[in-house]
Amino acid sequence: MADFHYSVDADGVATITWDVPGKSMNVLSYNALRELDAHIDTVLADDAVKGAIITSGKKDFAGGMDLNVIAQMKNDAGDNPAQGLFDGVMGMHGVLRKIERAGMDPKTNKGGKPIVAALPGIALGIGLEIPLACHRIIAADNPKAKIGLPEIMVGIFPGAGGTTRLVRKMGAMAAAPFLLEGKTVAPDKAKAAGLIDEVVPADELQARAKEWVLNATDADIVKPWDQKGYKMPGGAPYHPAGFQTFVGAAAMIHGKTNGVYPAAKALLAAVYEGALVPFDDALRVECRWFVNVLMNPSSSAMIRSLFINKQALEKGAVRPKGVDDQSVKKVGVLGAGMMGAGIALVSAMAGMEVVLIDQTQDAADRGKSYSESYLDKGIARKKATPEKKEAVLSAITATTDLDALKGADLIIEAVFEDMGVKAEMTKKVEAVVGEDCIFATNTSTLPITELAKASVRPDQFIGIHFFSPVEKMMLVEIIKGKETGDRAVAKALDYVRQIRKTPIVVNDARFFYCNRCIIPYINEGMRMVGEGVAPALVEGAAKLLGFPVGPLQLVDETSIELGVKIAKATKAAMGDDYPDDAVDEIIFWMADQGRMGRKAKAGFYDYDDKGKRTGLWEGLGDKFPLADDQPDLTEVKHRLMMAQVLEAVRALEDGVLEDIREGDVGAVLAWGFAPWSGGPFSWLDMIGADKAVEICDGLTDAHGARFTTPALLRDLADKGDTFYGRFDTAQDAA
Amino acid sequence: MTDAYIYDAVRTPRGKGKKDGTLHEVTAVRLSAVALNALKERNNLDGHAVEDVIWGNVTQVGEQGACLARSSVLYSDLDERIPGVSINRFCASGLEAVNMAANQVKGGAGDGYIAGGVESMSRVPMGMDGGAIAADPHLAMKAYFVPQGISADIIATEYGFSRDDCDAYAVESQKRAAAARADGRFKSIVPVTDQNGLVIMAEDEMIRETTMQTLGGLNPSFKAMGEAMPGFDAVALLKYPHLEKINHVHHAGNSSGIADGSAAVLIGNKEFGERHGLKPRARVKATSKVGTDPTIMLTGPVPATERVLQAAGMSFGDIDLFEVNEAFASVVLRFIQAFDADTDKVNVNGGAIAMGHPLGGTGAMILGALLDEMERSDKETGLATLCIGSGMGAATILERV
Repeated sequence: MADFHYSVDADGVATITWDVPGKSMNVLSYNALRELDAHIDTVLADDAVKGAIITSGKKDFAGGMDLNVIAQMKNDAGDNPAQGLFDGVMGMHGVLRKIERAGMDPKTNKGGKPIVAALPGIALGIGLEIPLACHRIIAADNPKAKIGLPEIMVGIFPGAGGTTRLVRKMGAMAAAPFLLEGKTVAPDKAKAAGLIDEVVPADELQARAKEWVLNATDADIVKPWDQKGYKMPGGAPYHPAGFQTFVGAAAMIHGKTNGVYPAAKALLAAVYEGALVPFDDALRVECRWFVNVLMNPSSSAMIRSLFINKQALEKGAVRPKGVDDQSVKKVGVLGAGMMGAGIALVSAMAGMEVVLIDQTQDAADRGKSYSESYLDKGIARKKATPEKKEAVLSAITATTDLDALKGADLIIEAVFEDMGVKAEMTKKVEAVVGEDCIFATNTSTLPITELAKASVRPDQFIGIHFFSPVEKMMLVEIIKGKETGDRAVAKALDYVRQIRKTPIVVNDARFFYCNRCIIPYINEGMRMVGEGVAPALVEGAAKLLGFPVGPLQLVDETSIELGVKIAKATKAAMGDDYPDDAVDEIIFWMADQGRMGRKAKAGFYDYDDKGKRTGLWEGLGDKFPLADDQPDLTEVKHRLMMAQVLEAVRALEDGVLEDIREGDVGAVLAWGFAPWSGGPFSWLDMIGADKAVEICDGLTDAHGARFTTPALLRDLADKGDTFYGRFDTAQDAA
Repeated sequence: MTDAYIYDAVRTPRGKGKKDGTLHEVTAVRLSAVALNALKERNNLDGHAVEDVIWGNVTQVGEQGACLARSSVLYSDLDERIPGVSINRFCASGLEAVNMAANQVKGGAGDGYIAGGVESMSRVPMGMDGGAIAADPHLAMKAYFVPQGISADIIATEYGFSRDDCDAYAVESQKRAAAARADGRFKSIVPVTDQNGLVIMAEDEMIRETTMQTLGGLNPSFKAMGEAMPGFDAVALLKYPHLEKINHVHHAGNSSGIADGSAAVLIGNKEFGERHGLKPRARVKATSKVGTDPTIMLTGPVPATERVLQAAGMSFGDIDLFEVNEAFASVVLRFIQAFDADTDKVNVNGGAIAMGHPLGGTGAMILGALLDEMERSDKETGLATLCIGSGMGAATILERV
């Protein structure tokens, strides 16, 4: 079955309709590109055809490229994948350039056939790059449509001419948000920005497109860059204005990406080099940099974790088979503090009925008012409407009355982190709700299996661990206790799908998966401060690794108080095995000084009155003076990296993690683990198990047993294996 | 190997390198010709007297384009059989020209050379020649490019020089330059004249009396481009992650002034001197050039000095006088710190902070200044060195004969 359909009407206007069978959204496959090419040939060859409309048979135009195409191109050239990619991508340029030149005389620019793109809805990635090659882009006034080039978000850049065309159309400065930030916009904003040409009512889209084709003159279909005397808007790199733009752009991108994202660098290089040569040369230049990015292991890892596997997890890759749809209709949220309030908000936003419980009406109301102020801000920013606000607020019942929970099919408990308090709530609530109701706890520190002992239905008891702030953080960690049953897991997963977040499912153990890895990262940072390593070097090394915040800033954000609490609890639980006395010396001392973190406006950093960081606290140096011999950067980086990566490996060994995809996606989304790497397991694969073992052995010698190479990692090194080589379950789940 | 001697060195006064500078009306070729003609007259360089004119010049576009060296020869009174080659090693171009000429002589490729350089920064502003190092994203990111002012501030931060340290150095430079001028120590200056022989300018015009209080009132020049747009500090911190932030201490008063001027040096072997009846003033003992981290960029004088000392078989203590180009205060402070140098031996008559820094000419100017002071104070050895854009350094050791 074909992906593109071809028809010609009585007026000689051809319509090429994109409608991939069996899919709700068009994506471009390898064969489909050839189909499109053949239809364009027909348009150009058939004298009866005056011009063409490229449109979609679905409510949207296209979501992007089928990323398997890239794999296919790589394979096509056998032992020279770069050549395969180059030839493949140049082939795409050939098709799009054929659309753009439309058979016109190369010298006079006359005699071409107008080809218009008519976009009914979403047009992303290649779904915008094809329209950009057309002579006009007309979009339906569909406010839900997103138009843009989000490639940079998954570690690549628009490589089918989108980069070159957009820069020549808008200038480097104006194109920057779309190319470098992957900004997507609704049709009206896309028109205002110059991304597309026209917005019309949805029911007039095809008629308007046809009208344009029939009226287009030779001059209407010649792109500015194919005309004599073309000058790039805003100036090419060695034009005085352009020079400033390019010098500034390189510095800005370098600083913003901490130098670790190859795609942003390559994109900018393609823009710069392309701007200095004629259009067809610029496409070739773009292609060379695009291939360079596709060949970079960071890009493959980012695509795998941030696109393919993230989507797979969102679509239920790890959902227990054979359990009916468990979509949540009514959710009860226990505790209207910061977490409870956020959970109530996202649940109501997803259309669920929410009961928000707290001990006093006042506290419950305050929790609900969080949603109100959130939506007010949304309205001020035109991201929400008063109607939406009304709908969300009316869905939330704030009360002290547990009876209101009757009929709830999911309870999420977010009360004080105390085993006794939680057990009491579990009992009280289970007495009210129906037998089918699933009871979830949002604990971050207490074992699920222990908490489940308070439940009369432990198979319906589960952990749903949110990150703060709930409405912003994309990951939800679902934790199975020993007794947790499949339906509870399915319920949690369906709920996470409803609130449009990404789930991972892990087994119960201290700190589950995410906090288990984050805590050693923070501790390693503090430990180094205790050893006299310059705090700025610790924070700087973390940034160079691509972490959004250094360990000291992170502990300030999460609060020293919480750190002390966790340290005390962990020590009590572990007894003599507790490994972090050296860290406690620092964090307890910080607490004694009253430097409790950002909320207290004093922590490892100083803060101004508004709570803005002003710099590292100098008092730290009095207590922990700088060592004369500072470690080199590589060692600091290795310590910060291995502290968390090894914990991820141990979580896999221990069976806390069942799937490395979850380990990678979870790490990137939960604590911003070096997104360029694709996650801890991808990072280990990238440097190679051999090298990882070598680093661990060195660190163990220098810094102790916490860096001992896990047996699994050593085994991979011995056998020359990789994590994804051995554990990739993507095929089974697909 | 043949010895290379310096027979003479001249320079123009340095004019303010802006539209209101006295030399703004003078073209770059005329400014070059002033120095070339003076050298010719003072040393009887008639006919095909030298092998080449090696001419330093940084911004080689517009009137400084198309081989300014050859244009300058043709504009001057030198014989047309003398060719010319423009070279660009940024701020050290004038010294590099001297080093190249000396090394040609040492290697036997000709008996005599004129070397030097020029910059009319008022007429051909710095940066007009573009440059991939800043604008090509792949290169700029690979090299962690930041502008020089940021680099100077990195040096101050990394090596612990405060704003006061830098300002105090600048005050001292002005004081020394003023005293030297009053004392008539700038013997190599030749006046810039017009086509009728009328004097346009005969003395440096940028030297000024200043105080810590005056300098204290100036705003840092590189803070905005570092911290706000486009944020070069972030790039600097990627290279220097142990620094928490960059301390922006440099401003117009403790950095070299933008200037117009030219300088020329006559170099030759023993036979060359004998043929023209000239007495050598000094021997070029050794030369060096070196690449360094391009981000901190301006620390080159330290390794360049180590390298030239090694080439000369000398130690730091063997050198009597130093000229370290005052591109920014922190550059010289770092040099003094690295070698624990005696400040009474470094830039004794002031430098570019007081008198200005006409990029392509300065290297030859400080070499001439060094030679003048070696003779005046009767010192045996001297070393001139400059920091260089994109992370380089160059140095020369002179020895009196």
